[in-house]
Amino acid sequence: MSRRRISLRQELPLLVWLVLVWGALWQDFSPGNLLFGALLAVLVARMFYLPPVELSGRFNVLHAVPFALQFLAKVVAASIDVMYLAAVRGPKVISAVVAVKLRSHQDLMVTATGHVISLIPGSLVVEVDRSTSTLYLHALNINTPDEVEKLRQEVRAIEAGLIRIMGTPEELETIRQEAAA
Amino acid sequence: MNPEASLVDNIIDTTSAVFMVVGALMSLAAAVGLLRFPDLLSRMHAATKPQVLGLFLLLASIGLQMRTWWVWPVLLVAWIFQLLTVPVSAHMVGRAGYRTKHLHRELLSSDELEAVVQKAAQSARDEGADAGRPD
Amino acid sequence: MMQTVMAVTAVILSLAAAGAIIRIARGPSLLDRVLASDVLLAILGAALCIDMAVNRHLNNLMLLVALSIVGFIGSATVARFVAGRREQPHES
Repeated sequence: MSRRRISLRQELPLLVWLVLVWGALWQDFSPGNLLFGALLAVLVARMFYLPPVELSGRFNVLHAVPFALQFLAKVVAASIDVMYLAAVRGPKVISAVVAVKLRSHQDLMVTATGHVISLIPGSLVVEVDRSTSTLYLHALNINTPDEVEKLRQEVRAIEAGLIRIMGTPEELETIRQEAAA
Repeated sequence: MNPEASLVDNIIDTTSAVFMVVGALMSLAAAVGLLRFPDLLSRMHAATKPQVLGLFLLLASIGLQMRTWWVWPVLLVAWIFQLLTVPVSAHMVGRAGYRTKHLHRELLSSDELEAVVQKAAQSARDEGADAGRPD
Repeated sequence: MMQTVMAVTAVILSLAAAGAIIRIARGPSLLDRVLASDVLLAILGAALCIDMAVNRHLNNLMLLVALSIVGFIGSATVARFVAGRREQPHES
C-alpha cells in the first residue's frame, strides 16, 4: 500500500462502470443485484490495485452528448467513404503517415484521442511518442500536403472536443485562448 | 389490436430490417477492402469498419426488436467493450506491420515517421558502438 | 419480412466470409492472415447478432462479448510476437 490513496471522487467513474457491467452481465437491473454489484466493485477496486488513472475531476455532459453524436456521424461518413474507396479505387489508393502533435501531455487524453481517431475508419494510430505527445497516424487516401494539413486540423479538433469534456482547467484555458486568437 | 400500435410495430420492424442489411453490408465492404487494398496498413482501415459501425447497427436492431428497456444498457456495454478493444489491437497490428516493413513506400504520399525511426535507430547504433569500444 | 431479411443478410455475410477466407489463404504475411481472421470473427459476430434480432432472444450476447475479447487477445498476442521476432536480428 505504498501508493497514495486516490479519492473516492476520482474512483467513482470506475465504480459506476463496474456496477453497470455487473448488471449487464446478469441482465438484471434490480436494486438488490446492483447493490451487491456495488459492494463487489468497491472490493475489486480496493484489492486489485491498478495504476490510478489521473482524471481531472470534471466531466461536462453538455459537451459529451454532442461530441458522441458528432463521433457517430463521422464514423458513418468515414465508413461510407472507405467502402467507396475499397470498391472503386482499390489497389491504387494512396495513403500517408502523418505526425500530429497534441496539446495535452496527459496519458489519458492522448489515449482517448488515439482511440477516437482509430475508431473512425480511414485513420489509424501507428506509433505514439509519449514524451512529446505526438501521434503518428496512417491515413487512407491522402494525396496532397493540403490534405495532410486538413487531417492534422481534424485530429486537433477532436482533441479540443475531448478537452472540453474532461480536460484539466489549464488545457481548457489553452483552448479558449486559441479560439479567441 | 388497434391499428396504431401495429403501424408503430411496422415502422420499428422496417428500421431494424434496414439496420440489419446495412450492418451486414459493412461486413461485405470489409471483405472487399481486404481483397482489394494493396498493403497491410490500408487493409486495416477496411477491417475496423464492421467492428464499429456494423456492430452498432446490428446491436441497435436487436434493441429495437426486443422492445424492453433493460436490453439497451446490456447492448451498450457490449458495444463499449468493442470500442475499447478494437483500437488497441489495431494499433498493435499496425505498429508491428510498420516496423516489419509491411507497407509499400511508393503508395505513401508522405511519411513523417520514417525520419524519426531512422534517427532513433542511428542513435541506438551509436550507443551500441560507444559501449562496444574499449577505453 | 424477417425471413427475407434473414435470407439477404445470410447471402451477404457468406460472401463476406468467403472474401475473408480467401485473404487468409492468400495473405502474403502472417499479419495479413491475423487481420483477415479478425474480420472473419467480426462476421461471425454479425451473424450471431442477426440471429438474435430475428428470433428475438439474447442467448448469444455473452458469446458475442467473449468473441470480441478472444479476437482482441489473439491479434494483440500475434502482433507482439511478430514485432519481437523481427527486431531481434537488427539488434545483434
